[in-house]
Amino acid sequence: MAATTRRAAWRTVKRLAFWTLVAAIFFYLLFPFYYAVVTSMKAGPAIFEPDFWPTRFDLDNYVAVFAEQPFGRNILNSLVIACAVVGLSLFLGLTAAYALGRIRFGGRRVLLLAVLSVSMFPQVAVLSGMFELIRSVGLYNSLGGLILSYLIFTLPFTVWVLTSFIRDLPKEIEEAAIMDGATPWVVLTQVFLPLMWPAMVTTGLLAFIVAWNEFLFALTFTLTNEMRTVPVAIALITGGSEFEVPWGRIMAASVVVTVPLIVLVLIFQRRIVSGLTAGAVKG
Amino acid sequence: MSQAARSSALARQRFRTAWLFLAPMLAALACVAVWPLLRTFYFSLTDASLSDLGDYGLVGFENFLVEDGGYWYGLLTDPLWWTSVRNTLVFAGASVAIETVLGVVMALVMNAAFVGRTALRAAVLVPWAIPTVVSAQMWAWMMHDQFGVLNAGLMGLGLIGEPIAWTADPDLALFSVILVDSWKTTPFVALLVLAALQMLPRDCYEAAKVDGVHPVRVFFEVTLPLIKPALVVAVIFRLLDALRVFDVVYVMTGNAEATMTMSVYARQQLVDFQDVGYGSAAATLLFLVIGVMTALYLVAVRAEMTRDMR
Repeated sequence: MAATTRRAAWRTVKRLAFWTLVAAIFFYLLFPFYYAVVTSMKAGPAIFEPDFWPTRFDLDNYVAVFAEQPFGRNILNSLVIACAVVGLSLFLGLTAAYALGRIRFGGRRVLLLAVLSVSMFPQVAVLSGMFELIRSVGLYNSLGGLILSYLIFTLPFTVWVLTSFIRDLPKEIEEAAIMDGATPWVVLTQVFLPLMWPAMVTTGLLAFIVAWNEFLFALTFTLTNEMRTVPVAIALITGGSEFEVPWGRIMAASVVVTVPLIVLVLIFQRRIVSGLTAGAVKG
Repeated sequence: MSQAARSSALARQRFRTAWLFLAPMLAALACVAVWPLLRTFYFSLTDASLSDLGDYGLVGFENFLVEDGGYWYGLLTDPLWWTSVRNTLVFAGASVAIETVLGVVMALVMNAAFVGRTALRAAVLVPWAIPTVVSAQMWAWMMHDQFGVLNAGLMGLGLIGEPIAWTADPDLALFSVILVDSWKTTPFVALLVLAALQMLPRDCYEAAKVDGVHPVRVFFEVTLPLIKPALVVAVIFRLLDALRVFDVVYVMTGNAEATMTMSVYARQQLVDFQDVGYGSAAATLLFLVIGVMTALYLVAVRAEMTRDMR
């Protein structure tokens, strides 16, 4: 009898410990963003009171972020850049994946590894060369310069994931089309493309997030407020006086650009997780 | 036409198609990756300046090391460079260690069957999705020495007696940045480990359970060796990433010496001081460090593969 109650008590302790751990993990993952939301809705001196619970629902900071600087323009810049980068990466990645995944030729494995090795490049190691390139083609302080330079991040994993996906598609579907005399371009766009959507959504989303979040190139290759992207704008937000950091506005801007991203990620949760793990595990 | 000739003509045509389809991607990568990298290598041997990139002279290895009148100058004699090397190594080592431990714990929890598991698997993506700049600003605010919620919380719990200057104190700043980075990147490790855990065979756990082996021993003797390959990949990926860290450090503490990493150092020379030659030299060294580590990793993988084949 005593043994069973002791065992039951022990089980309760263990269950309690497990749920404490779960709660701690949830808190750790979510509290910082929650606190940013709470802060963003406080105006004036209220911001200097560290409250754990929302005390006000003031949207002053949100209005001010858009009124005091071209933050709307910054969001538009980031959107245009991210969409262009996704489109370009998918086009270049898809054509390359067809060659690397469906056509047997010597050296394709080495080529694939060479492409992948680009993702190991430290950003700062291409900074001066990229700066020179962008200036020489007249893309300094323009969205085009950033679109071009972001391909260095997105192409390696796009090519890698799309290649491993297209390689695993059955042989028969392609053979039938080739028998009918279809050109490779037709085979790729009419036969493979409709089957590739899962992999395209995954890589497209990852490319979008990379372009949306990039900081160093955007900081270095743009000059004026109007050309800045969201991360640079958030890093450089200044308030009315030079000595006071406008934390409320920074948090409001952070919430504005992060909420859509989180929604997107949660909707496509499964696709993103499979893309992340495919990129790494198959490496 | 004979069968063989036709098939070889077909093969040639396929080969041409392959290169045609590869050309745009290869051209793009040559343009945005290979060329800029080679230019950076070249600039490191010059005295180029950002204000006029067209006008420079070759100076050999003077940016790295040069002797003048009995004294040595150059990057390798700059104490700040060596500070940034040390900071980078400490940052990479500590943040990857924290991420690995936390990531494994999170993955084990996410792999357990309980109500709310789906919610946890969604929540883990939140820090991953948040832009690094945003996460750096969020934490900088939470770590504010006067009004930060972190100090308020720790003091409320009685864990600290007085407010801590998390990012301003040179002894603590690097530690703070490491904490913020591990918050953002632990989910990546957790997801990779979770993927590995989900592929483990169930039967060895059943056997261990029947034999009454303690769960902690099961973890260290069964689970850990089985997820080791995935863990190694995650650690290597994160290590290579951490060695080139820039965003989180620059946004939280700027060019402060206490947290300066190799990337921050190189950017400061390149952009703030306009010294493209010297900055490129620093960037080149960083590339070499990462390149050597990648090569070592590939050699190790290859050695392991050939050993497994035998």
